[in-house]
Amino acid sequence: MQTKFLMGNQAIAYAAYAAGVNIACGYPGTPSTEIIETFAKIRDDESYVEWSINEKAAMEVAAGASMAGARTIVTMKQVGLNVASDPLMSLSYLGVKGGMVIIVADDPGPISSQTEQDTRTFAEFSKVPLFDPSTPEEAYDMVFEAFELSEKYHTPVFIRPTTRVCHGYAQIALRQKTHHAISGFTKSPQWVIFPKLSYEAHKAIEERNNVLSSEFSHDHLNTIEGTGKFGIATSGISYAYVKEALKDLNINARILKISTPFPFPEEKTREFFDEVHEVLVFEELDPYIERHLLQVAATHNCEVNILGKLTGNVQRAGELSQESIHHTLTDFFGLGSINERVTPESAVALPVRPPALCAGCPHRGSFYIVKRATKGKKAVYSGDIGCYTLGNSAPLDMVDTCLCMGAGITMAQGLHRAEPDAYNIAFIGDSTFFASGITGVINAVYNQTDITIILVDNSTTAMTGGQPHPGTAQTMMNTTSARFNMEELLGALKVSFVTTANPFDIDGSTAIVEQALRVKGVSVVIFKAPCIQLFKSVSTVVVDAEACTGCLRCVTQLGCPALSLDGDKVKIDQGLCNGCGLCQQICTFDALKSKELM
Amino acid sequence: MNCLLTGIGGQGIVFASKLISQTAMNAGKKVRTAETIGMAQRGGSVVSHVRVGDGTVSPLIGKGHADVIIAFEPGEALRVSDYLAPTGVMIVSDQGVQSPADALTKKEYRIEEYLDELNHLPQQVIILSGQAIRDILKSSKVLNVALVGAACGAGKLDCSLEELEETIEVLAPQKFVDLNKRALKVGYDLAN
Repeated sequence: MQTKFLMGNQAIAYAAYAAGVNIACGYPGTPSTEIIETFAKIRDDESYVEWSINEKAAMEVAAGASMAGARTIVTMKQVGLNVASDPLMSLSYLGVKGGMVIIVADDPGPISSQTEQDTRTFAEFSKVPLFDPSTPEEAYDMVFEAFELSEKYHTPVFIRPTTRVCHGYAQIALRQKTHHAISGFTKSPQWVIFPKLSYEAHKAIEERNNVLSSEFSHDHLNTIEGTGKFGIATSGISYAYVKEALKDLNINARILKISTPFPFPEEKTREFFDEVHEVLVFEELDPYIERHLLQVAATHNCEVNILGKLTGNVQRAGELSQESIHHTLTDFFGLGSINERVTPESAVALPVRPPALCAGCPHRGSFYIVKRATKGKKAVYSGDIGCYTLGNSAPLDMVDTCLCMGAGITMAQGLHRAEPDAYNIAFIGDSTFFASGITGVINAVYNQTDITIILVDNSTTAMTGGQPHPGTAQTMMNTTSARFNMEELLGALKVSFVTTANPFDIDGSTAIVEQALRVKGVSVVIFKAPCIQLFKSVSTVVVDAEACTGCLRCVTQLGCPALSLDGDKVKIDQGLCNGCGLCQQICTFDALKSKELM
Repeated sequence: MNCLLTGIGGQGIVFASKLISQTAMNAGKKVRTAETIGMAQRGGSVVSHVRVGDGTVSPLIGKGHADVIIAFEPGEALRVSDYLAPTGVMIVSDQGVQSPADALTKKEYRIEEYLDELNHLPQQVIILSGQAIRDILKSSKVLNVALVGAACGAGKLDCSLEELEETIEVLAPQKFVDLNKRALKVGYDLAN
């Protein structure tokens, strides 16, 4: 058997491949992106893979394929499930034929997300069974079990890894690939959702989930280890932290590890309660296990004290860690000073390093140009999801709102209805535009709203590492499809003013934006230049120290990572600079010179 | 063996982490690692955890548990210093990188303060001159590998220089194998 060192997400893709998945689809989003990317790399001719236009489309493509008997996986991040929730809720009632596994990566922290929502709660809401891995190895194995369960009970099944599992690496023993034959679609009323069918399906689902709760109680995935009156209930990555913290502190505990939070393994929980009098619950995001323990205890009159997030013993928000669990345990047992720092707290202020737009990023120019064009005007800038959310930070300070994918264009309309004397400007990236921006444009045109849209088109899905989309015409099957021309598309949407501008030409493009702002109705300026991660630069900018007066206009207006201070003057990091030329254009002393690279 | 690597995106941390973990796996050991991926990659601090040996479940090293910290930047070294075990060793490149956010507020980057703090840690701290290593190797591309060599030279990586060299032969592009091997040796000798 071959062993490979794989990231959790890669392990999931390898498992999907070995399980004979016929169709894989998803929409990029940290921390889930590498699943589809890996599947596309390792797949063979028996399988199909795509980046769908958004999570709803991915869920529906997979649902259709699964109704035809194909094994399918769908991948997304937790907020992507909100987009896909419409098909999900109904699919739960209709069920599937070929195994369908929905992988939703949660992001406690959050590290790269808008919310700390918990897909376990979503599983309960949608009544869809869920597996919760605590290591990449478990994630790998769960894919096979999830497919078996899905096909046995004709239901989609969730696997919910969290960031630390998705992006943690471990050695994975790979299984042999199995072949899954597609049985084909059979016409039947069972695939058409109607109120009558939903009522019957609802009854059946509740019964099935009772059966599953019982089955999960005897499943090897949900375990009880250790003995004693003190118990810990945990799941996912928190289990790993608990194990290490207990070892550190030399504390004995009876541990209940929940790997299938929904349907909750009730009988297993009662077995756990048989011995323990007090339970601490360590879990990230919602107090999900804690609530279920309370429910089991209340229903069966178990004499057990359950402590966790609801009782204030465990932090409600943010990631858990070995240290946070260590602290909770030392507090709980009154162990006092056992966790003193080895290293004293630093007395000096550390460098502040918030994420920033890359040196040479075309978005910097786009923001700077719009800022110039709206100088002195009452303007509200609605941002969106992508690298360009970073336009929020100083000195650009050009993102006033950011809600969710595609919301910038529609929120700008609402802002304008409420405050018609303001210029309302929405920034949106190319991938986000295709995912959920287009309907917002139509809404604005139809309802005759006066807004300006700045489409920052960098020819990729940059924030998640550069995935193709309809604007690039490259597919995950290595084919080239018809390329969407943004100007044509917006023209077809009846936008009256559409112009393409260069984000690195400050004067020329400022004039274009000013023109767009004068248009009554919907206007769009497409700032088109590729993401700097996509190509190698051919020049850099160097400082003429004689000419530089140290006014630092370049540093304080652009916030470019390549620019820093060298005493009183500017210094340009030659390793970071891409020669985009923005700083040269705003230097009033001609002190910044281009340098060609060999 | 717990090894924490830290620096700023683009300094070669992922490759250094791969070099250490692959070497451990070649020796038949169990390895877990974790990387920074996502928004934080854009100019933020990047940390990589490498854990070697049985009995680890978490990919993350707990505070006070790193046997060795390899830091590509002094400020970042200080940021993670509380991960270092009482008997741990820290390897630091002395080349500071000012952050754009600090440049903006015209806050000076005071490297001496950071190095001074690092020198006052109770644990062993080996500060290497990044410029000197570049001069010896006549290349600025392999400082990351030299720092891994230094961690090995300090006896903290749970592997030999020869084992690292064998891994390099597979991991590095063919024409850079010799340069990488020299970098390992230079780092090794500086810390041995």
